[in-house]
Amino acid sequence: MKRFIGFIKKEFYHIFRDRRTLFILFGMPIVQIMLFGFAITNEINNVDIAILDKSKDVTTQEIINKISSSKYFSIKQIIENETEIEAVFKKGKVKAVLVFEKAFSKKLIKENNATVQIITDATDPNTANNITNFVSSILLKYQQEINKDLKIPYQIVPETRMVYNQELKSVFMFVPGVMTIILMLVSAMMTSISITKEKELGTMEILLVSPLKPFQVIIGKVVPYIFLSIINAVVIILLSIFIFKMPVQGSLFLLGAESVLFIINALSLGILISTVSETQQTAMMISLMGLLLPVILLSGFIFPISSMPNILQVISNVIPATWYIIILKGIMLKGVGLTFLWKETLILLGMTVLFIALSIKKYKIRLE
Amino acid sequence: MEIINVIKAKNLTKKFGDFTAVDAITFEVKKGEIFGFLGANGAGKTTAMKMLIGISIPTSGEASVAGFDVYKNPDDIKKNIGYMSQKFALYDDLTVKENITFYGGIYGLSRERIKEKRCQLVEELGLQNVVNELVSSLPLGWKQKLAFSVALLHEPKIIFLDEPTGGVDPITRRQFWEMIYKAANGGTTVFVTTHYMDEAEYCDRVSIMVDGKIEALDTPKNLKEQFKAETMNDVFLILARG
Repeated sequence: MKRFIGFIKKEFYHIFRDRRTLFILFGMPIVQIMLFGFAITNEINNVDIAILDKSKDVTTQEIINKISSSKYFSIKQIIENETEIEAVFKKGKVKAVLVFEKAFSKKLIKENNATVQIITDATDPNTANNITNFVSSILLKYQQEINKDLKIPYQIVPETRMVYNQELKSVFMFVPGVMTIILMLVSAMMTSISITKEKELGTMEILLVSPLKPFQVIIGKVVPYIFLSIINAVVIILLSIFIFKMPVQGSLFLLGAESVLFIINALSLGILISTVSETQQTAMMISLMGLLLPVILLSGFIFPISSMPNILQVISNVIPATWYIIILKGIMLKGVGLTFLWKETLILLGMTVLFIALSIKKYKIRLE
Repeated sequence: MEIINVIKAKNLTKKFGDFTAVDAITFEVKKGEIFGFLGANGAGKTTAMKMLIGISIPTSGEASVAGFDVYKNPDDIKKNIGYMSQKFALYDDLTVKENITFYGGIYGLSRERIKEKRCQLVEELGLQNVVNELVSSLPLGWKQKLAFSVALLHEPKIIFLDEPTGGVDPITRRQFWEMIYKAANGGTTVFVTTHYMDEAEYCDRVSIMVDGKIEALDTPKNLKEQFKAETMNDVFLILARG
């Protein structure tokens, strides 16, 4: 045990004396969560739009007021004729232009319909779609207001409610993802790098010749990273609770336990990577390409799994992060417990056991 | 009972697939001896040594180190040997003191013992001024001496040195051999691989490996007589050319 403590102490010296490692360990989580929380967002908020009002009557004015008073849009420019539309888009000043046809009020009352054209800049299709939806819903609401007294014989009223994230805050979607990425990065990449570093320096050989058992060497290398990963997880959760007002509906204890499971899973992946790579660079490349990229692209963090082609859906199922993100969202947003997450937990556990078994096997082969 | 032959190998063989890296080598090393294990790069020196220090399992043959069987008791072997590789494996981002404490610790030395050994070692090597400096700031020669002393910290019966003088200048090499002699005089058996033939002259006995086999084994003097050569270098060239 005393040998073990000495070993861990040495590992902490390595970590705290290397600025790059320190930054990845403690700077990165904070930077990432802030970036995803504040800067990178797919919410519609104060989108600049332009208006071409060919009729300039009471009705159009009312609609324009409604739009400008919503928090989603701000009217940047009023244009006077159609030739200008192209120009404002090209300048990139606005994301959308609303065109009210001539004699809007009159047409509405006499012919019972009038048109508003919504032209959006679809270079960013997601935003364009959102803008269209938001404008349509404002128009719909206005229409209902002016038709208050009229009875339409048959009417289907869709009543929508967004549950678990009423305000559609994208940070709620990013926090579980960022947490997953960071735990993956710290646990898998940092351990695989630190183990291969010993191989490169030749110190691994010395350690293997010493009375320390190979598994003691590996556990000694891994334990500090378990601690640091746990600290990271706590920091991320605190940041998201206190800065982004993200709720944790479910049990904090379960959240912690599942996170430790995921950390161990990532660490065993890191060990596995270090058994197949001889240099730090290889370990880093394998971790980045083989772990980080799939986590970002295929785990359902950014792109929904259900809309992926079948083959990618299959791949996403074998990524541990996929299951951890489901668990995180379940506990934090839905407040569900193990009764609903036992399947995901079991899969994660199974993967962890598999990775540990594989690395032990690989390690033995190397020794022979 | 005192063991006279601290290393015994009989028909020790290591195969990697079809390739035979070490081909049925047989030799013995006496207690307190400086045994030179010579050969060109790729002759199988390092592979043979790895089997003796318990990080590689032999394909066939028998071997015992410090009285322990390499198959049955590799853990007992590890407690009784020291090892220094050509990379002088010290941790660059740890200080001299921390390196000593760490290596003493993994061999299970008590805190007092480590402190005692450290003071002794620092004084012998004249490292008083740099004891709290990072190892990365030391010149190569000092690192080499420190690595050697660290490998001897737990007072092993046998020390294995894998090309310990690679990349250092002749004067430092000379000083290093003085340290080896001192260790051998203290009763430690020294097993050293090298491809510097002048160093072979310093050994009590040498074996020369060619293509996985031991082609010659005797004192440098006898070998020179046997092959009618002036220097060990000539002996080696005669053997290597076949």
